[in-house]
Amino acid sequence: MSHSAPASVSVVDHDVHHQSPTPIGFWIYLMSDCIIFGSLFATYAVLGGSFAGGPGPKDLFEAGFVAIETALLLISSITFGLAMLRADKKDQSGTLMWLAITGLFGAGFIAMELYEFNHLIHIGAGPSRSAFLSSFFALVGTHGLHVTGGIIWLVTLMVQIAKHGLGTANMRRLGALSMFWHFLDLVWIGVFSFVYLVRLV
Amino acid sequence: MGHDTHSAHGHDHGHDDHGSGHGTMSQLMIGFALAAILTIVPFGLVMGEVEMSRTTLIGIIMAFAAVQIIVHLVFFLHLNTSSEEGSTFMATVLAVIILFIVLAGSLWVMHNMNTNMMPMHDMEQQLEQMKSLQSQQG
Repeated sequence: MSHSAPASVSVVDHDVHHQSPTPIGFWIYLMSDCIIFGSLFATYAVLGGSFAGGPGPKDLFEAGFVAIETALLLISSITFGLAMLRADKKDQSGTLMWLAITGLFGAGFIAMELYEFNHLIHIGAGPSRSAFLSSFFALVGTHGLHVTGGIIWLVTLMVQIAKHGLGTANMRRLGALSMFWHFLDLVWIGVFSFVYLVRLV
Repeated sequence: MGHDTHSAHGHDHGHDDHGSGHGTMSQLMIGFALAAILTIVPFGLVMGEVEMSRTTLIGIIMAFAAVQIIVHLVFFLHLNTSSEEGSTFMATVLAVIILFIVLAGSLWVMHNMNTNMMPMHDMEQQLEQMKSLQSQQG
């Protein structure tokens, strides 16, 4: 693809042979989002040991629970990949099916996270309990909000695809959402390793 | 790994509208297998309460996470040095540099502050001493 003209030269005709500027633009957004997560990780790294006499990670976290959350998110990443492969083959019903499965796994992940947050707040380990818990809720909550946003986007796009098919515009949107979804799974690697597992050792 | 990225390039040329491409089934499945292994091992080590020193275990978990992030970038996000004439890759490198500065910088500065700042209760003692000295001189 290195031979194609710079994207800024022509933005009028979408069907001729030139690259859409969307993938690189969206990638730059993702990298800036990555830096937001980086600063939240840094906050957790600095404040993660300040329990203020409250409960610590070993009292609150359970590796088995996080393992299931991780599995849900990883499988949803794979099913999104399968949806993209169906979309490349212009198989509309196959794409919609795999997108629906992706959405269900994502919703399962969010349901587990909401259950965990609700449980923590209920036992008096809410974000106001200690600096450790504030930074934990800020980081994991921000990730959860992103996944929730991703699910809303996913449902919206499924309606669009059902109505207008897999044209150039919808393929571009699907490509951007695919990057977003895989990126959220990538951030979760940092969360389950650094927020949960390392603190349970 | 090199083979796969090359075949993905061949695949890319068939498309007009996507710089990153969507990869192939084999790429997706290799990525899935690697990601699954790299997830199961650290969870197994923690949940199986393996006899190992704390630092080794933390080192292993962080190393597995770093490798899995690269696996995701290559096999799922199809990051390569050639799409968009290398701009995608350069944006990623810039983000990694900023991440390093933010993370290492925060930890370094806050660690220095913690070690050099007087603990609260020592500070109170010192203040008491100073007050008593002042009153003696006073």
